[in-house]
Amino acid sequence: MGAWTDMAFILVVVLDLFLLASSRLGAAIRAVALQGAMLSVLALLLTSSGHSLRHVLVVAGGAFLIKAVLIPWLMFRAIREMAIRREMEPLVGYVPSMILGGVGVVLSFAFSRGLPLPTNEMHPFLVPTALATVWTGLLLVVSRRKAVTQVLGFLVLENGVFVFGLLLTEFMPVMVEAGVLLDLLAAVFVMGIVMFQINREFASLDTDALSSLRD
Amino acid sequence: MVLLVILAPLVLAAVAFAWPDGRTRPWLLLAGAVVHAAGMISLWVSPDGPVLSGYLDLDAAGTVVLSTSSALFLASAIYAQGYLRARDDRDNRVFVGGLLILLSAMTTVGMAQHLGVLWVAIEITTLATAPLIYFNHNARSLEAAWKYLLVSSLGIALALLGTFFLALSGAGPGGPKSLLLADLVRDGGHLSRPWVRAAFVFLLVGYGTKMGLAPLHSWKPDAYGEAPGLLGALLAGGITNFAFLSVVRVFQVTSAAGEGAFAADALMALGLLSMALAAVFMAGQRDFKRMLAYSSVEHMGILAVALGLGGSAVTGAFYHVVNNGLSKGVLFLAAGNIHRAYGSKRTDEVRGAARRLPVSGPLFLAGFLAVTGTPPFSPFWSEFMILNGAVSGGRYLVAGLFLLFLAVIFIGMGATVLSVVQGSDEGAPGRPGFRDGWLTAGPPLVLLLVVLALGLWLPRPLLSIFSAAARLVTGT
Repeated sequence: MGAWTDMAFILVVVLDLFLLASSRLGAAIRAVALQGAMLSVLALLLTSSGHSLRHVLVVAGGAFLIKAVLIPWLMFRAIREMAIRREMEPLVGYVPSMILGGVGVVLSFAFSRGLPLPTNEMHPFLVPTALATVWTGLLLVVSRRKAVTQVLGFLVLENGVFVFGLLLTEFMPVMVEAGVLLDLLAAVFVMGIVMFQINREFASLDTDALSSLRD
Repeated sequence: MVLLVILAPLVLAAVAFAWPDGRTRPWLLLAGAVVHAAGMISLWVSPDGPVLSGYLDLDAAGTVVLSTSSALFLASAIYAQGYLRARDDRDNRVFVGGLLILLSAMTTVGMAQHLGVLWVAIEITTLATAPLIYFNHNARSLEAAWKYLLVSSLGIALALLGTFFLALSGAGPGGPKSLLLADLVRDGGHLSRPWVRAAFVFLLVGYGTKMGLAPLHSWKPDAYGEAPGLLGALLAGGITNFAFLSVVRVFQVTSAAGEGAFAADALMALGLLSMALAAVFMAGQRDFKRMLAYSSVEHMGILAVALGLGGSAVTGAFYHVVNNGLSKGVLFLAAGNIHRAYGSKRTDEVRGAARRLPVSGPLFLAGFLAVTGTPPFSPFWSEFMILNGAVSGGRYLVAGLFLLFLAVIFIGMGATVLSVVQGSDEGAPGRPGFRDGWLTAGPPLVLLLVVLALGLWLPRPLLSIFSAAARLVTGT
C-alpha cells in the first residue's frame, strides 16, 4: 500500500517534468489527464479511518470525472477544431524549463522540510509534490505562448492546489472541495469560450497576436 | 434581508437571460440596483445578525464596502439605461445578466465570514466580469478579457492555496479546525505561525492581484481601457474594494496569530510600490481610460499602505474606500461619455471636452480634482487621516514618500486631464448623435455632489462605522 502511494506521488512529479519538456499539445493534454487520474487515486490511497467514506468517494470520483475525463475531452475538442498540434517557440525553451522545474522540485522538498506540519503527517511526499506541481503550473503559464498551453498550465496549478487540499480532507467541509472542482470547470469553460473567440478573431491560437495593448 | 440582497440580483439575472426584448432588458438592471439599495438601507436601519450558521454576516467593514458599491451600482444602472440605448447595435443579454451576477457575488464577498465562501465569491466576480470586458466584441477587448481572466485566475488559484495553508495552520492541537473568521481570530494564539506567514504571502499575492496592486496589476490598464465606462466604474470602485476587504479579512487573522508586524510591512511595501509605479506611468499616458487604471493602482496602494500603518490610518482607509469608490464612479462614467462623444480615447486627439460636453467635460476635471485629494472633496480628508496616522505613528519615511507620490501623480494626471478638457474641440474626431443627457450625465454629477458633501460634512454615524470597521482590524 505504502509503495503504491509513493509511486503515485512520484508519477505526479514526473508528469510535471514531462509537461515542461513536451512540445506536442496532444501528449500534453494526455499527461494532464493522467495527472488528474493520479490525483483521484491518491485521494483513495490516502484514506484513513478519520475520513467519511462518502466524502472520499465524492472527492475521488469528482476529480476523476472532471480532471481526467471532462476537461481533457474539452481540450481535445478545442485543438481539433483549431487544427493546431504543437507549441511553437516557447518564451523559455524546453531544456531551461525542465531545469527550472527540477530546481522547483528540490526547493519544494527543502521548503517542506523547513516547515513541519502542525497535524499528523499524512505522507512525506504530499507537500513537496503539491508545491512542485503548483510551481510547474506557474512556469507553464508564464513561459508558453499558446492559449491552450496556458490553460493546461492553469490546470496543472489547480492540480497542485488539489494535492495540498488532500491534507485537509479530514476536517474541511466538503463545500470547499466542491468549490475547487466546480471553479476549475467554470474557469476552463469560460476560457474555452474565450479561446474560441480568439480563434475567430485571429485565426490562430497564439496569444502573441494579443499584444496590441501596451504602454 | 441578508439573503434577499444576495438572491434578488441572481433571480433577476436569470430573468435577464430569458428576457426576449433587448430594449427593455436594461430595466432589470435598474430593478436589481433599486432592490439592492433598498435592502442595504433596511440593513442599516435594522441589522439582521448572522445567518446560515454564521457563514454570512454584515459586519462594519462589510457594511462600508457594500454600501459604497450599492450606491455605485445604482448610479451605474441608471447610466446604463442611457448607455445601452445608445449601443442598441449590441446584444445586451450577457451584459445585463453578467452585471446582476456580479452584484450578487460582490454582495456575498461583503458578507462572507468564512474564508472558503469568500474565495468562491471572489472567483465568481472574476468569471462574471470577463465576458463583460468583451462587450465591444473586437480584438482589443478580447485581448483585455483574456488577460484579465488568466491573470485573475492565477491569483485566485494562489489565494486558494493560501486559504488551504491557513486551514492547515489551525489544524494542530487546540487549533480552530475551521475557516470561520470568528474562530480563527479567537484562537489566533493556537495557529501555527510559520504556516500563517506562508498563507499570508499567498493570500496577499492572490487577492492583491484582484486588487491590482503593483506588480500584480498587469491586467488593469487593458481591462479598464477596453471595458465600457460603467464596467470600469464597477471594477475600480467596486470589485477592487472588495478585494481590499478580502485582504483585510486575511490581515485580521494574521494579526490575531501574532504575525501582524510582518504582514504590515509587506502591505506597506506593496502599497508604496503601487503608488510609485502609478506615478511613473501616469505621466505621459496617451489614453485617458488607461490613465484612470493607473489612478486605481495608486488608490489600492493607498489603501494597502493605510492598512499596514495601523492605528488611526485604518479608519482613514475605510473612509477612503468610500471616497475612492464614489470618485472612481464620477471619473469612469464621465470618461465613458467623452469616449462616446469623440469615438476616441487618445489624448492627442481628444480636446475641448468641456465645450462639446458641457456637463461631462467639467465633471471629468472635477473628478480628477476630487480623486487626487484636493480640498474640499472628501478624498482629501481620508488621505489626510492616513497621513496623520503615519506621522503620529512615527513613520516619517512612509509619510514623506506618500506625500511625494501624491504630488507627482497630481501633476502627471492633471496634465492629461487638462489637455482633454480644455481648448477648442474643432478638428477633433467626433461621433454625431451623442450629447450629455440626464441618464448619462446625471449619475456622475450626483456622485460628485455626494463626494463634495462628504468632504464638507461627514455625518457622525458614518465616522463611527469607519471606526468600528477599523477596530475589527486593530483590535482596540
